[in-house]
Amino acid sequence: MDWLPIFFVAVMGFALLMYTLLDGYDLGIGILLPLASDAQKDEMIATIGPFWDANETWIVLGVGVLLMAFPKAHGLVLTSLYLPVAIMLIGLTLRGVAFDFRVKAKTEHKSTWNQLFFIGSLVTAIAQGWMLGSYIMGLTNTSISLAFSIAISFLLPSLYIMLGVGWLLVKTDGSLYKQASQWGRIFVAPLGLGLFLISIATPIASQEIAAKWFSLPEAIGLLPIPFTAGIAYLVVVWILRSPKLLAADYGWIVYVSLVVMCIMCALGLGYSIFPDVVISQLTIWEAAASRDSLKFAFVGTVIAVPGIFIYTVFIYRVFAGKIKSLSYE
Amino acid sequence: MEFDPLLLSRIQFALNISFHILFPTITIGLCWILLFFRTRYTLTGDVEWEYAYYFWVKIFALTFALGVVSGITMSFQFGTNWPGFMEKAGNIAGPMLGYEVLTAFFLEASFLAIMLFGKNRVSNKTHLIATLVVTIGTSMSAFWILSLNSWMHTPAGYEVIEGVIHIESWMEIIFNPSFPYRFAHMLIASLLTASFLIAGISAWRIRQKVDGPETWKVVRTGVFIAAVLTPIQIFVGDLHGLNTFEHQPAKVAAMEGIWHTERGAPLTLFGIPDEEEQTNHYAIEIPKLASLILTHELDGEIKGISDFDGEHPPVGPVFWAFRVMVGVGMLMLLVSWFSAYKLLKGQSLEGTPLKLLSGMAFSGWVAVLAGWYVTEIGRQPWIVNGLLTTADVVAEHSGGMVLTTLIAYSVLYIGLLISYVLTLRYMSTKKARSLIALQEKQVTTQLEGGY
Repeated sequence: MDWLPIFFVAVMGFALLMYTLLDGYDLGIGILLPLASDAQKDEMIATIGPFWDANETWIVLGVGVLLMAFPKAHGLVLTSLYLPVAIMLIGLTLRGVAFDFRVKAKTEHKSTWNQLFFIGSLVTAIAQGWMLGSYIMGLTNTSISLAFSIAISFLLPSLYIMLGVGWLLVKTDGSLYKQASQWGRIFVAPLGLGLFLISIATPIASQEIAAKWFSLPEAIGLLPIPFTAGIAYLVVVWILRSPKLLAADYGWIVYVSLVVMCIMCALGLGYSIFPDVVISQLTIWEAAASRDSLKFAFVGTVIAVPGIFIYTVFIYRVFAGKIKSLSYE
Repeated sequence: MEFDPLLLSRIQFALNISFHILFPTITIGLCWILLFFRTRYTLTGDVEWEYAYYFWVKIFALTFALGVVSGITMSFQFGTNWPGFMEKAGNIAGPMLGYEVLTAFFLEASFLAIMLFGKNRVSNKTHLIATLVVTIGTSMSAFWILSLNSWMHTPAGYEVIEGVIHIESWMEIIFNPSFPYRFAHMLIASLLTASFLIAGISAWRIRQKVDGPETWKVVRTGVFIAAVLTPIQIFVGDLHGLNTFEHQPAKVAAMEGIWHTERGAPLTLFGIPDEEEQTNHYAIEIPKLASLILTHELDGEIKGISDFDGEHPPVGPVFWAFRVMVGVGMLMLLVSWFSAYKLLKGQSLEGTPLKLLSGMAFSGWVAVLAGWYVTEIGRQPWIVNGLLTTADVVAEHSGGMVLTTLIAYSVLYIGLLISYVLTLRYMSTKKARSLIALQEKQVTTQLEGGY
């Protein structure tokens, strides 16, 4: 059995996880924007200014690996998801440019760009939820898969909002920090409910996934995944409800716990799907590019991905610390 | 009413790529110019260069953002509309696009943050290096995507096994016959676009009287780069044309409007090509010149369009786009040399030269789009020349669905393009930093003089 497709599916999973964790917080901040005062809006945008460009690049890497290693799946997945992909792209485009235009266009247009930034972020999150939902359902077109996709398209925005809250708790202090924890206490409930329902709904909606999770002895070995995710969620709730810990600036734990939770969800999802790349339609070996292509791609990936990881850490270190205001100098 | 999904998918792709290319064309060239400003500042300590850097880095950031988001759209479109391309040519296209992401996109997007916001957080040296890294990143990105694009024009280093294209030699694939010419032609095009943009906008600022010494430095930079590069570009473009003549004769026949194979073919300066009657109406021709340019012989043979039955591109668009590109190129040569001559003579650019330069601010866009239409429409009906046709690889969506997304993209892009140009205009009406500094100094001197 060829191991190269396994390597690439892992890289793709990693890229999409990184995308969720990183672009998730800046999308979440976009969705939270209308709730904030004008001064807070500027501060919120300042927390994501140096990062959003690179954050968004992770989805290009995810799609890039799909394209590079699994060209057949790239066509199949994206053709089936034609409409949500188009909607997501329009959302991503709007928010990406609104971010820049809002500070550069005339002052009287600023609030319009703020609104577009919000709409773009929300539309992107909903469309991605829809895509994820129908992907988990194996790209089928039944009423169950439709209902499931709609459910996920509500869940994903609430995850992004919470990541946004977590990021604000890392990067801000003062009134915005308090405001963010307030938002967190509100939006943590729908996130928890959503995750709980989805965890129950997934095996009901998909027999393939149910078969993988509920057979012994695998079920016992898999227990740590939902268990850790649950603990991480409770930690988030605990921090947000503890004025003492928040006052002592332990808000960053919220973001870290959400990261742990997302990693667990990603592991669970990965286990549910592997070794297919499209559930019960296409395995990773069927979808893979030729071995020569994969070898060529492997060399570049092994050299570049650690490099990308290192300089991403470098950039985050340069711009570490609580933010006051962002200037071009 | 029935909509043809193939035609609509093609229009949608053309719309996306046309919108997208506007922005990288600026950023690839502008980044080298920013690196120049930054280096000049580091070497001379002249703060005017730094002012120039910070004015243009903001425009760079906005342009870059538009390039990123429209580029993301491109990476999805291969799958959503042209799945057959990925299925049949994915072994080659996949890794090359992958390498672009891995070696260029992250570099650009990450170090851009330092370029924009890092001045007080890193040393001058690190800041300079970050600018260099972004510059290399943008050009690397051009390297990979142009290599893949060139391979689609002049495929090499492959073998076809059971209808799927496989790799024989990566070196031959990456450095395929048309790649060196296309890469050079596009890099110079980017530098020209950027130099006319900076000279044009600065000229406009001078005419609005919001200029300072920095603005004049930028005008000079733009004019001299353009004056040096325009003739080089004409030379490189000619080489590129000869390469196309060798590998894609049908495209050249359409560019030149040559319908029937002939020896001693004339160069058609102007004419109205007629596909039905296979002739050019009202043609103004220079005898034997096309043969001379393409074959270096007065009586050299050039194949006509009628020799490529069913396998040639539509003549009109290619013919016209080619003339637009060459026309703008000639205009660039005239304007840049005229302005450079004035500057070298120590004469003022006030008046006509400034008007001409500001009128030419976006001329690079016109030439670049026209040039790409020549080469891309000129490849039709093929998506990979001689191997795969565009019709073979299109997705089976309903016409209505593609039309819906096409309308949505059109509205979005028109809105963004207008916003972009208006925002550049608005940013250019603000007083130059060096002008503000000068005025503050004058006020202080007056106050001191008063005491």
